[in-house]
Amino acid sequence: MSDTAERVQKIVVEHLGVEADKVTQDASFIDDLGADSLDIVELVMAFEEEFGVEIPDDAAEKISTVGDATKYIEEHKG
Amino acid sequence: MRRVVVTGLGLVTPLGGDVETSWKNLIAGKSGAGPITRFDASNQKATIACEVKGKDHEWGFDPDKRVDTKIQRQVDPFIVYGLDAAGQAIEDAGLTEMDQATKERTGVSIGAGIGGLPGIEYESVNLHERGPGRVSPHFVHGRIINLISGQVSIRYGLMGPNHAVVTACSTGAHSIGDAARMIRDDDADIMLAGGSESTINPLGIAGFAQARALNTGYNDRPEQASRPYDRNREGFVLGEGAGVVVLEEYEHAKARGAKIYAEVVGYGLSGDAYHVTAPHPEGKGAELSMRMALRKAGLEPDDIDYINAHGTSTMADTIELAAAKRVFGDDLGGASMSSTKSAIGHLLGGAGAVESIFCILAMRDQIVPPTLNLDDPDEGTEGVDLVPHTAKKREVNAVLNNSFGFGGTNASLVMRKID
Repeated sequence: MSDTAERVQKIVVEHLGVEADKVTQDASFIDDLGADSLDIVELVMAFEEEFGVEIPDDAAEKISTVGDATKYIEEHKG
Repeated sequence: MRRVVVTGLGLVTPLGGDVETSWKNLIAGKSGAGPITRFDASNQKATIACEVKGKDHEWGFDPDKRVDTKIQRQVDPFIVYGLDAAGQAIEDAGLTEMDQATKERTGVSIGAGIGGLPGIEYESVNLHERGPGRVSPHFVHGRIINLISGQVSIRYGLMGPNHAVVTACSTGAHSIGDAARMIRDDDADIMLAGGSESTINPLGIAGFAQARALNTGYNDRPEQASRPYDRNREGFVLGEGAGVVVLEEYEHAKARGAKIYAEVVGYGLSGDAYHVTAPHPEGKGAELSMRMALRKAGLEPDDIDYINAHGTSTMADTIELAAAKRVFGDDLGGASMSSTKSAIGHLLGGAGAVESIFCILAMRDQIVPPTLNLDDPDEGTEGVDLVPHTAKKREVNAVLNNSFGFGGTNASLVMRKID
């Protein structure tokens, strides 16, 4: 797992209170990890904080899996 | 008329994370007061409080028992305390497995006086320092007062009335009184009712200290700071925690063989129409509230064995006592009257519910809890049993709880043992 993927996983585990092994790159925040729309807003804020990236609302709306988040961050972080 | 009984209890207090621990420590004369550990209070006028202890403490509270870690992170502590106390009460009442029809007839009325002040303080600073985009998406629903009732309803699937009282320090008593009425009026068969508070944060301490309501002269002797009726009292000690009861229609409780603690028989309410923080010097509002509760209960003043006073350890104590004397007689008709705020501090919106539970346990165990630190009783206390220093074994068949709040709002509850 890349450094980014590991840090993403850690944030998801902390924020959603789920087991780390459930947080695969394919896992959907809503369907697999029990998140609701507000949880995703909070996760996006945490990613922005952790990686120093800005994730605008229209981009955030397209993030539905852990892998989507990891990919977006890797493409946009400084 | 539909009768209302208490069939379950839940407590989170500075003396324990559950009912039996809190009660045991209260009867043993222990104090929940200490230096504030929640934040650096060294620049505050009051540096002490009655905090709910962490899970590592001998009588601490473990939030992980009943509240998801995700919810703990999203909401203010007053909601966590309320959710846990509600869970305790449901378990105690044997209601963990309700069918859908029962859930539709079960409601929630758990309020708070102030609500999520620590979170409001935090996010306000956050907004100013880092901008609107950094404010938590859980800010609003994690701080507002009716979200204990909301969270309890969601957690346990309760679809009856969902209500939340906000009447400052009378909240807990009003919550129970209002919920009992909902059962009496056939809105529900079961109600989770009570109050919660957690405002031991810089803004909360500073605000009450600036209102000249807090004790600031006993910072070096925290356990002696809350001293209702004592000549040297000089303000309340801020507490935190929650109390929740299960109220149930009598026939419903009997039919399922529930353990019945007590019957809620009287509820009195009044307004002082006088001042925002100070009680009316003649205690007229308090008197009206007590008289109404007795009248609704159909009891004579002499029937009451124990009064849990509002008794905050301020000048108001003797006003309340004078009002009680007018209602019950110069010796309170033989009733004992104590202020458990001497041990747990002032739980604000949680106070009336926690203290009502202490009243119920006094009836269960036939023992009344003490007023700590009553070393030098003030004028006007002569001839009254204020249960100084140590708990007292005595017959307790009927009780009255008083709760009075800022704005001049008063509530009294009368409960009695059931045959």
